[in-house]
Amino acid sequence: MDIFQLTAVELGQKIKEKEISVVEAVQKFMERIEATEQDINSFVTVDKEGALAQAEAVQKKIDAGELTGPLAGVPVAIKDNMCIKGQLTTCSSKILGNFKPTFTSEAVLNLQKAGAVIIGKTNMDEFAMGSTTETSYFGPTKNPHNTAHVPGGSSGGSCAAVAAGEVPYALGSDTGGSIRQPSSFCGVVGIKPTYGTVSRYGLIAYGSSLDQIGPVAKDVTDCAAILEAIASHDSKDSTSVQREDYDFTAALTDDVKGMKIGIPKDYFGEGLDAEVKSAIQKAVNVLEGKGAIVETFDLGLVKYAIPAYYVIASAEASSNLERFDGVKYGFRAEEYEGLHHMYKKSRSEGFGAEVKRRIMLGSFVLSSGYYDAYYLKALRTKALIKAEFDKAFAKYDVIIGPAAPTTAPELGKSLSDPLKMYLGDIYTISLNLAGLPGMSVPIGKDSKGLPIGMQIIGDCFQEKKMIRAAYTYECATNKEHETIAAMSKKEA
Amino acid sequence: MAKQYETVIGLEVHVELATKTKIFCGCSTEFGGAPNTHTCPVCTGMPGSLPVLNKQVVEYAMAVGLATNCKITQVCKFDRKNYFYPDNPQNYQISQLYLPIARDGYVEIEVGDVKKQVRIHEMHMEEDAGKLIHDEWDDSSLVDYNRSGVPLIEIVSEPDMRSSDEVIAYLEKLRLIIQYLGASDCKLQEGSMRADVNLSVREVGAAEFGTRTEMKNINSFKAIARAIEGERARQIELIEEGRQVIQETRRWDDNKESSYAMRSKEDAQDYRYFPEPDLVPIVISDDWIAKIKSQEPELRTEKLERYKNEFAIPQYDAEIITASKTMADLFEATTAICKKPKKVANWLMGETLRLMKEHAIEADDLKFSPENLAKLVLLADAGDINSSVAKEVFEKIFTDDIDPDQYVEEKGLKTVNDDGALKSAIETVIANNQKAVDEYKGGKEKAIGALVGQTMKAMQGKANPAKVNEMLREMLK
Repeated sequence: MDIFQLTAVELGQKIKEKEISVVEAVQKFMERIEATEQDINSFVTVDKEGALAQAEAVQKKIDAGELTGPLAGVPVAIKDNMCIKGQLTTCSSKILGNFKPTFTSEAVLNLQKAGAVIIGKTNMDEFAMGSTTETSYFGPTKNPHNTAHVPGGSSGGSCAAVAAGEVPYALGSDTGGSIRQPSSFCGVVGIKPTYGTVSRYGLIAYGSSLDQIGPVAKDVTDCAAILEAIASHDSKDSTSVQREDYDFTAALTDDVKGMKIGIPKDYFGEGLDAEVKSAIQKAVNVLEGKGAIVETFDLGLVKYAIPAYYVIASAEASSNLERFDGVKYGFRAEEYEGLHHMYKKSRSEGFGAEVKRRIMLGSFVLSSGYYDAYYLKALRTKALIKAEFDKAFAKYDVIIGPAAPTTAPELGKSLSDPLKMYLGDIYTISLNLAGLPGMSVPIGKDSKGLPIGMQIIGDCFQEKKMIRAAYTYECATNKEHETIAAMSKKEA
Repeated sequence: MAKQYETVIGLEVHVELATKTKIFCGCSTEFGGAPNTHTCPVCTGMPGSLPVLNKQVVEYAMAVGLATNCKITQVCKFDRKNYFYPDNPQNYQISQLYLPIARDGYVEIEVGDVKKQVRIHEMHMEEDAGKLIHDEWDDSSLVDYNRSGVPLIEIVSEPDMRSSDEVIAYLEKLRLIIQYLGASDCKLQEGSMRADVNLSVREVGAAEFGTRTEMKNINSFKAIARAIEGERARQIELIEEGRQVIQETRRWDDNKESSYAMRSKEDAQDYRYFPEPDLVPIVISDDWIAKIKSQEPELRTEKLERYKNEFAIPQYDAEIITASKTMADLFEATTAICKKPKKVANWLMGETLRLMKEHAIEADDLKFSPENLAKLVLLADAGDINSSVAKEVFEKIFTDDIDPDQYVEEKGLKTVNDDGALKSAIETVIANNQKAVDEYKGGKEKAIGALVGQTMKAMQGKANPAKVNEMLREMLK
């Protein structure tokens, strides 16, 4: 079997059984990347030398019996907003185009402890702002299923890299759907955990109260294993939570008998593509067939999630991005007269249009005289949305709906109408506002051959129920990891 | 008749807290390290870093709040204050606006014989900024982030003060409370205590406040008094000329003894405050408050009373000694060793104050150890050294904290208590100073002084003058 078709856990097993060495695995993926990158552009940085050095070190530890976990020796790609010591970390922005951090983010450290080999940093929407990976300073990433389409965003590089078989798994980050929506568009599995589950230390912040790091992989088993590796209580992140359970792989059971699934009618109304809708209905039927109890219900306040989200996320972003000023690191304009001119020129030249739009929006909603009308109101809306979900989870174990209203749009069709692009986040952002976990699971393709994802939503700290539903669906449908693409055409 | 004006003053006082580490990271707060050596990704605002609150900061702030009769905000939060400046590495300062740690307190001040309360509007916790150093040589500015993230509390008073005397009394009171709590050393010169003065004037009897200005950069009590007098005169002059006082921030230049406008209200920045999402709310339980309250050390007022009662120290002396935590600590530690409070107080009130004046240092800067002062007290008390020797030794203790036992031994300054030696010295003096002897015997009492002096000289200063006097009188009978 082709190594690119293997899941991370399957590859880990083969490494453990010495069917393949870590160095060989890394070399194979490097070859794959070399062949596919010109079409896909998933990576900002590919660290071949570093990866081979890590591979040798990890192999020694595996041989010595020091590394025994399922991910030992398996290559991984990291979204370019997570700091890795000494390695370029750009957030796909010109302003951080030359930035090398002095420390490594906690989630990546946790992966390294599990024996992961980091092969590179993946492309993203600039500072994670966008839904298509087209706002990257380093050019758009393309959807491996059809390179005329976007991979989604902002973790488009991570999702496309996994879908294209460039890497077995990757880390993404999700502030308003940035793992789930591109996972849906690329036909991979992605989890956004409960807020506080994975440390944000070392994640370059977009919306601090909403950001979470999570796994992107070919199947549910991988995602559970990766989440188990990266989740930890971290005293360096005050919003990190000490959870009762970290054993997410324990939820990999093929059984949903008696599980109560709520289907929010509000997620299936106007704006939802008919093919996406019927695919989800079919998928839900599969779970019902396996013994789940399915019921529709009214989830309130859905339409208020988008304005509340864009107010809160932009406000936090406007402040989080103030540190990029040309003083200490990153890009500084070449010519300027005095400090304030340097600030203005460096930021004007260093940030892209979407980032500037959100900085302006965020600065506006926080400005004196508008704070109560916008920011405070958005915070109240956030609390009410959480209360709506609390009501729903009093009745249901999980909630199921679409991850996005459509399949992946064509390149160049989204950025011209940012408001429309923002509306595409309607099914994902309320989870970030409420802190809930959610995941996207591939459930088929539309008539154009583009993947469709189903979103499973859990209550806070109930990832295991969500994982169990996803795993059961996967088992029932005889999943096939489809590694695509652009490249297979060429090989053919 | 000229109009009578009243000055209305409120203060914003920043105090650096005496924690060992910074407010949001583990870096040292020590003053004066080489630039950017007490720094980490958090206090230099590196991307991806996150703040973690130092609990000691909350406890010091609670202690100061409780000691100034404030209500503690039991769910309090941090907010971000956004403004661009290179000394502020994230371009926002983590501070408190909406739910500050303490509110609605007061302290009592006394000016002359008049007691009054100055109300405290609120007190909040925040991080200090770094320092900019301008390099004249290549016309660039350098930033030192050692101070970035040092914890501060800002204490905002109500506009309750009416004169520079009241302002100084209020600042002295705050300084003593905070020093006694051990929450800060409150040194104005080193910047661990800084005051911004909000001042307006109005005609006596007016109901409304006048337009106020804010003065920054005042770093001594004397400069604060001068700045207040200067600003009062400036505002009165404007009003008398029929001009308007403009609401603005002014910088006091103590060398020129005048202030200049920094920015007007129109230029005032919009700080776009919002709750700091990287920190969780601080929930302060009744138990925690009770614990901090129970740990409150003896404050100045109680200490002063205790000194009077326990040690029989006069009111005036007790006031001077307790006016500085350093001196009070010195007094108590010394007394604990030598058990002679009255004598210790005398050293502090006499020689110590004299030498402080001579060396132009503050009580907070006293460096000598209680052990050495205690040894000196015991040496003098046992009659092992006479009082002039003791003064000489104390001066050495004051400047170099020498061990008096060792010093007296090495220099051979011990009083000779050998009556034989003293007697023979006196006999020689009597024999060689017939004139003075005659005068004394002739009833000229003062003549004995010359004989004592001669004897002391013969003894190289190592005799007890009282004893010499006594023996002389005996031998001249």
